[in-house]
Amino acid sequence: MASLNLLLTVCFAYVALLFAVAFAADRVAARGGSAWLRSPLVYTLSLSIYCTAWTFYGAVGYAARSGLEFVTIYLGPTLVMVGWWWGLRKLVRIGRAQRVTSIADLISSRYGKSNMLAIGVTILAVIGVTPYIALQLQSITLSFSIFADADPTSGFREGASVIWVAAGLAVFAILFGTRNLDANERHHGVVTAVALEAIVKLIALLAVGIFVVWGLSGGLASTMARINASQIGTWQVDGGRWATITFLAAAAFVCLPRMFQVMVVENEDERHLQIAAWAFPLYLLLMSLFVVPIAAVGLELMPAGSNPDLFVLTIPLSQGREGLAMLSFLGGFSSATSMVIVAAMALSTMVSNHIVMPIWLSWQGSAAAQSGDVRKIVLSARRVSIGVIMALGVAYYEVSGGGAALAAIGLIAFAGIAQILPALVGGLFWRGATRLGALAGLSLGFAIWLYTLLLPALGSGVLPEAVVEQGLFGWAWLKPYALFGIAGLDPIVHCVVWSMTLNALAFCVVSLATLPNPVERLQGAQYVNVFDHSAGPRGWTGSVAQSEDLMVMSQRILGAQDALTLFAREAELQGGHGYLPEPTPEFLNRLERKLAGSVGAATAHAMVGQIVGGSAVSVQDLMAVADESAQLLEYSNKLEAQSAELSRTARQLREANEKLTQLSVQKDSFLSQVSHELRTPMTSIRAFSEILRDTHDLKKEEMRRYASVIHDEALRLTRLLNDLLDLSVLESGQVSLNMREGRLAEVLDHAVSAALAGSTQRLQVIRRSEGEALQLCSDLDRLAQVFINLIANADKYCDAAAPQLTIAVRSGGGVLTIDFIDNGSGIPAEAQSMVFEKFARVGAEKAGGAGLGLAICREIMERLGGSITYLHGRRGGAFRVTLPVQGAALAAQ
Amino acid sequence: MKPPDEAPPGGDPPGAPPLFLERQSYRRRRLMDAAKLLPILGAALFLIPLFWPTEGDAAVPMSRAIVFVFLVWAGLIGAAALFSLCVRSWGNADRAGKTDAD
Repeated sequence: MASLNLLLTVCFAYVALLFAVAFAADRVAARGGSAWLRSPLVYTLSLSIYCTAWTFYGAVGYAARSGLEFVTIYLGPTLVMVGWWWGLRKLVRIGRAQRVTSIADLISSRYGKSNMLAIGVTILAVIGVTPYIALQLQSITLSFSIFADADPTSGFREGASVIWVAAGLAVFAILFGTRNLDANERHHGVVTAVALEAIVKLIALLAVGIFVVWGLSGGLASTMARINASQIGTWQVDGGRWATITFLAAAAFVCLPRMFQVMVVENEDERHLQIAAWAFPLYLLLMSLFVVPIAAVGLELMPAGSNPDLFVLTIPLSQGREGLAMLSFLGGFSSATSMVIVAAMALSTMVSNHIVMPIWLSWQGSAAAQSGDVRKIVLSARRVSIGVIMALGVAYYEVSGGGAALAAIGLIAFAGIAQILPALVGGLFWRGATRLGALAGLSLGFAIWLYTLLLPALGSGVLPEAVVEQGLFGWAWLKPYALFGIAGLDPIVHCVVWSMTLNALAFCVVSLATLPNPVERLQGAQYVNVFDHSAGPRGWTGSVAQSEDLMVMSQRILGAQDALTLFAREAELQGGHGYLPEPTPEFLNRLERKLAGSVGAATAHAMVGQIVGGSAVSVQDLMAVADESAQLLEYSNKLEAQSAELSRTARQLREANEKLTQLSVQKDSFLSQVSHELRTPMTSIRAFSEILRDTHDLKKEEMRRYASVIHDEALRLTRLLNDLLDLSVLESGQVSLNMREGRLAEVLDHAVSAALAGSTQRLQVIRRSEGEALQLCSDLDRLAQVFINLIANADKYCDAAAPQLTIAVRSGGGVLTIDFIDNGSGIPAEAQSMVFEKFARVGAEKAGGAGLGLAICREIMERLGGSITYLHGRRGGAFRVTLPVQGAALAAQ
Repeated sequence: MKPPDEAPPGGDPPGAPPLFLERQSYRRRRLMDAAKLLPILGAALFLIPLFWPTEGDAAVPMSRAIVFVFLVWAGLIGAAALFSLCVRSWGNADRAGKTDAD
């Protein structure tokens, strides 16, 4: 019998070998690496962490209980790998192009670098994977206990061994998983060790299988016969479970954090996928080839009641094959350790990037990017996370009691992790998928999974018995195992059907109903069309001053040497000298992606954003800028309107100024005319009064003549002054009109008699009484003044032999028209435009008045609301006076 | 793709996808179609056992089930290997990434 001490020695030796291999691989990789480290073979073997202890030991137990159903766990991944051209190729390309560090990072980055989503996926992954880690720890302790039972001298204690195993695995993961920060530099040590373990577990299982088939059963044919004769001799498979678990395994294969880590993050070369596409299914096939024979033979050979999960160990032991049992133990140990190490690494990356770093960054504020060693913080965060995850695993193991409840946890974990699938597939193939949609689907699926599978499976205490029996709040349609009243389904099938359907439904409906933000849309386009895009369109801009800050920050994350090299290379690329490149958008994008490899896309984006700060132009900023420019445009429109108003005002002012200037000129000329008009009579008055004073021998006749000249001139002066006064009153608008009613005929009678009184000529006035017989309401005195002026003018200027003046009155259209037409030669055409101006006189030889009469007439008529115009085209002088009707009450008599 | 009568004389304008692929590219694209169909075919084949009888004497013996499942599995692996061999042969050649367009 193999002693437990021997087993422990072998175990430690094996672990030491793994450490050595990992260390050597890291060294080799650091020195430039040898080709085989980056070969498709290592990549394919590293994928084998899919086969955990659950599959190594558990598959046989599964087969012993449910026949061929165990194979679905492998068929799902096989279908995914075989269909690599559809899905995995794209996933790997995106992972490399976007420098994705984890499944949470991928989801968050796809949906607009949403940290919320990253946190959600991380929490889901931690909850889903921790029990799985506990399962691995259980398998290791179980296998130890098998040997311990066989060795009565040992003082083996399960609880202690779990802690020791967990601690050892944590140390390994910390040593080789958190050595370098940039996830894109890849963990060669870990991957190589995992590849070695993959070989060990394959060989172990094949060895046990060959021993069972050819050593115990005597060949293939008799083995088949034994199988057919065993308890699992016929095809007994639940169709629902068969299809569901195949789907679940396929989904988990893509979504499990550890699978994502080795498949996408650790991928060296896309072409490795071509090999892995068939090589990994082949590995799975070989792993499951002997499972049924081992199960059938175990059922036959081993005593009833022995744990079929451990047949792989117990069959060789019972046959005295201690070496084979030891190899088998190492296989199981390898399966468990490789899974735990990679899962802890992947989870710690997610926890530190999406939970610890954002909290730390926001706690530190804007100074975070430049102060303190971010690199150290990230690495410490990861180390602590690994420790915490391991501790969680141990705690889960202790709490659950390590019984059969744990064995079922594998599929439950698969179902939980599979909730990421709709968001992942939607994000990869559907540009319309939005952050809110992903969040809705994920949370709903997660909630259903918790309620219908995880909580009931944890046993009583977590979920009260009453809830399981009668549903939540006593609602029957909320029974955890029979949602919406559909009972009788296998719990796994029930949970997967409901959670995946509602998850996908919520994801699609919310995506359709919500509008993605610009970053989301751009990321979506980049993800869905990854084969068309290689560079990101979203951009940064910055100034040279920020290059230094970026340099400082990059040194903290990438390490001084790497950062210097990166910056120098960028500077060279830009064609410049020195160590600081211009912070062009391209450079900032590349830098961001490089940093994303260490701290995740969302954090890197935030850190670069903190430094480039104000001038960082994300699409959102661009949108804001667009908004601002819209506001600017509006503002400039306002300005334009204002300036138009100003220029309008200026034009008005200019016009007013011109008018004022004109008025000033008019005033000047008016003054000079007035003084001229005043001087002429004053001159004659002075001259004649001097004659009268100085000449003493004047005859009486002469004296009277001279005195009358002086009198006439004084009269003329008085008249002129009266007219001026009159005009100024009229022009200033201070005239008060004396409105009263009267007959037009009477006004005309008065005017004619007044104008012709004392006239030397015999002007004949022709009137028609029928038009004049109307009543009007106006300032009749002023109106008469106008008429008198016009009649007097005709009397004065009409040069006909028998002067005649026709006064024609017409009324209609609300206007009263009175024409004064004489039969003289009229006013010369060149003077017609001037007759209404002040001091305008036609024919200086006949100068009788001051030339103010018509100007006064015009002012009066304007005050009365009418007008006076000269009629062109008549033979004689013709004036037309118009009056509005409202001032003239028409009363035909 | 344009119908033939709309194509300008003298060939397609630059930038537009060519109307007629050369024989080699055509084969490649059909090969890709086949590769895409492979998982569907596999899934369909793996669903066949669900129609087998499970009760009484007609129940399929486990050995036959194993042989069926593993043969289909091996067949899928073989087909995938064949396809990846083909991809490898044009992998280094032109537009390996762009051939996805069709």
